[in-house]
Amino acid sequence: MPVCCAACSGKAVLKRPKTGDALCRECFFHVFETEIHHTILDANLFTAGETVAIGASGGKDSTVLAYVLKLLNDKYDYGLKLILLSVDEGITGYRDDSLTTVKRNQKQYDLPLKIVSYEELYGWTMDAIVKEIGLKNNCTFCGVFRRQALDRGAVLVEADKIVTGHNADDIAETVLMNVLRGDIARLRRCTSITTGNEGYLPRCKPLKYTYEKEIVMYAYFKKLDYFSTECIYSPNAYRGYARAFLKDLEAIRSSSIIDIIHSGESLSIKKDVKMPTQMTCLQCGYISSNKVCKACVLLEGLNKGLPKLGIGKGLKARQKLVAAGMTLTNTESQSTSTESTAVLNTDKQSLEF
Amino acid sequence: MAASSQTGMSITLEFSGGAELLFGKVKKHHISLDESTTAWTIKKLLIWVKDNLLKERPELFLQGETVRPGILVLVNDADWELLGELEYEIKENDNIVFISTLHGG
Ligand SMILES: [Zn+2]
Ligand SMILES: [Zn+2]
Repeated sequence: MPVCCAACSGKAVLKRPKTGDALCRECFFHVFETEIHHTILDANLFTAGETVAIGASGGKDSTVLAYVLKLLNDKYDYGLKLILLSVDEGITGYRDDSLTTVKRNQKQYDLPLKIVSYEELYGWTMDAIVKEIGLKNNCTFCGVFRRQALDRGAVLVEADKIVTGHNADDIAETVLMNVLRGDIARLRRCTSITTGNEGYLPRCKPLKYTYEKEIVMYAYFKKLDYFSTECIYSPNAYRGYARAFLKDLEAIRSSSIIDIIHSGESLSIKKDVKMPTQMTCLQCGYISSNKVCKACVLLEGLNKGLPKLGIGKGLKARQKLVAAGMTLTNTESQSTSTESTAVLNTDKQSLEF
Repeated sequence: MAASSQTGMSITLEFSGGAELLFGKVKKHHISLDESTTAWTIKKLLIWVKDNLLKERPELFLQGETVRPGILVLVNDADWELLGELEYEIKENDNIVFISTLHGG
């Protein structure tokens, strides 16, 4: 008993998680693309003539984002110059494979590609960092460096904006995590479709309301070429309880994901709540909530052979130290390594919002 | 594979989106299900998969009697949510695809 499409009575191939509608392949493509188009229009994400760097990892989300943006840019004449921008973390057997995928995408979608590497930006590959620090806090380094690397790459290609493939599931997950952590500053920011206006290039998430299920189905039906494997340095791909919880919620009631995003958006914060102020890093000039940004502190630690520096509870104190140009002694490093058991969140999401 | 000479039912299973990592990195499996007095539903197939194909970390593929939330299932290129999910009765030559959405974006 084939189910019919709610829009055209053709053979349905998918049940939309957001609405419960059954749709055929063509109608699904149409609503999927049109919804993203409306998200872009409603939020005024782009202006004609802009150069937009697409953060491209070779994974499903950024691959679908690149494909759909290219399609919409042609179809609706946005007048954007699109560039694929990839970060090479220097992880043998993981990033080199995913970069191969991005290079294929470059040809398939006929878009220019720029690759920036940790090695050229920081003088360290992730392979070298892991050799130095082991497998415990490597994701912290990687997340902090990646955020800046995308920004610097975008500046190099003279982009006006960066777009990333964060989808509705990612954002709902971040809302939950920020509630659990009581991180009011991030909670307020994490549902915005555009972030980082001062100092950083604006970053937008055109897939903000797009369910992961639909992204994967779209990629499957369009036979898009994407890369999917776990990073070799986080073999358990720790996504936290928030993600498992969210997926369980979705299985019970699939609108939960969008409901959580709406809750996050509707949140208002009392005027007298003190929010962290933003400043620029004394060392590299990037925006930071401390005198010296996290990337610079981490880098300082690596270069001094004290890689644990900048991880754990004492981060703020040490950011001040680095700012004051104080030398770090070995005693310092030892106290740091005990503190570092209070591991910073190692999740990529939390670091990117 | 000479499935035609067997009495069982031949179907194809595909694992992708990272799910193949739990199946010895093999994406496509041609299998033959034995004749059975009860119908082969997806529910029954999942038990068979667990006993015969799944190589590691079953908790990343199964949760209770169903697939782990976040793994999409398509039967002959249609969402299993339109087909009765676990109760769907498998037919000869069906192509069943499992796609993990849980691996990096
Ligand atoms: Zn239709
Ligand atoms: Zn800095």
